[in-house]
Amino acid sequence: MKTEKEPIIHIENVHKHFKEGQVRALNGVSLDVYPGEVVLIIGPSGSGKSTLLRCINRLEDINSGHIEVDGIPLTTAENINAVRAETGMVFQQFNLFPHLTVLENICLAQQVVRKRSHQEAESIAMELLAKVGIPEKAHAYPGQLSGGQQQRVAIARALAMNPKIMLFDEPTSALDPEMIQEVLDVMIQLAKEGMTMVVVSHEMGFARAAADRAILMDDGVIVEEATPDELFEHPKEERTKLFLSKVLK
Amino acid sequence: MSESKDTSQKMFQILGNETAPQKLDPWWWLVGVVVAIVAVLVVAFPDPYRSMLVFFLDGMGISIYVTMLSFILVLFVGLLGGLGRVSKNPLVHGITTLYVEVVRGIPLLVQLLFWYFAFPSVIQSIGLTLNIVAFQKYLADPIGMAVMGLVFCYAAYMSEIYRAGIQSIAKGQMEAARSLGMTKFQAMRYVIMPQAFRVILPPVGNEFIALLKDSSLVSVVAVADLTRRGREYMAAHFNPIQTWLLIGLLYLVMTLIASRIVTWVEKKSKME
Repeated sequence: MKTEKEPIIHIENVHKHFKEGQVRALNGVSLDVYPGEVVLIIGPSGSGKSTLLRCINRLEDINSGHIEVDGIPLTTAENINAVRAETGMVFQQFNLFPHLTVLENICLAQQVVRKRSHQEAESIAMELLAKVGIPEKAHAYPGQLSGGQQQRVAIARALAMNPKIMLFDEPTSALDPEMIQEVLDVMIQLAKEGMTMVVVSHEMGFARAAADRAILMDDGVIVEEATPDELFEHPKEERTKLFLSKVLK
Repeated sequence: MSESKDTSQKMFQILGNETAPQKLDPWWWLVGVVVAIVAVLVVAFPDPYRSMLVFFLDGMGISIYVTMLSFILVLFVGLLGGLGRVSKNPLVHGITTLYVEVVRGIPLLVQLLFWYFAFPSVIQSIGLTLNIVAFQKYLADPIGMAVMGLVFCYAAYMSEIYRAGIQSIAKGQMEAARSLGMTKFQAMRYVIMPQAFRVILPPVGNEFIALLKDSSLVSVVAVADLTRRGREYMAAHFNPIQTWLLIGLLYLVMTLIASRIVTWVEKKSKME
């Protein structure tokens, strides 16, 4: 899958620190993601995995290194907005807009950023709501939905922008256990359709079903990367083994 | 965002359905009681209350006019101030912070006296120094200067209310909007501010009522508002008890009605 093609995400020796260098979040991370690939990032909390993800659409600034998305270097404000428009992001806390209905949540950026007509935006929104399985909630407000439903709306909202890449930042961590699967099902379906995805998550079920590659991060560096089966069953690095022994019971 | 008819209708329906058997705000009874007291006084004791009321009506109109005009300007200037207070630009942030700190620290009455008595002299001196005839002939317009003074002072308070409202919106809202490709301005316009407005409604309503009462201070700078009319009437008829009783009741009628309107707006804009 990843041969011969140019990477769609190119991350080169990225460093990132907070609080004037006192907290080092990323210590020289390089990673290429190819079109259609699903990459899973795991690691202990504070390992820099969410920070890395947020650097891809520049929600976090970097201190040094180079990031290119679909051939666009993340340098000017214009480029950054262009990258954001084709990179969908799903957050741990959903971050739906509570003052808008589900339908309006999905339509807003389509109309404001993509300049689509109201009708067009709504018809795309309804299609996507059907895809994530909750068309009947179109006129509800986020506060009236369960966590799993909210996260599916958030996925639909991101998809409405026709992204080439989807970033998932611990999408199921804030959910009650019985709601995790409905979100994972949507993600697995998306992976099968060929979406390029970078997912920060510890969901082994998703990893086995959909991920092409799994990466373990610790202390701001990539410790090990392999196919999910290899990484989980035959980890090479001590740190990987230690981490997996805590996560996999 | 183009707001089509059916969306707004839907919004309306949603609002309408929730409050379908809409109950009248129970505190309207207090408005009724105060209005009734005024009515009883006027009917039972036409002398002096009837003539007083007639004499006061235009002052009441001026008070309402000054308050409304000032408040609309305060909402706008305060928004600019609030945006300045949350700005990352050190110059903008510095200027707005200085403005808020200084203005908040000077009594409103002193500020009003400055705008009416001192400010025109300042302009005239500048005109004399620089030889600008229009400046030399500048005279203070009482209502204009009164509104200026009220706005200058109240916008400082309002800036802080806006700032608190904007900062109360979770960081994730801005991130979600930006991650969808919205510019900072679009994110503020469509995501942050509509939520912030709902948050700040109670303190903004409070400011409106406070402004209505503080508008009585403009009576010292030659504006013929309700309080000024009271002083004039008292000076002519020497009946302080009746005068200030009725003036107080009339302010109470206005503030209580304003309070009910604030409650109604809050209820209407409540989020899920």
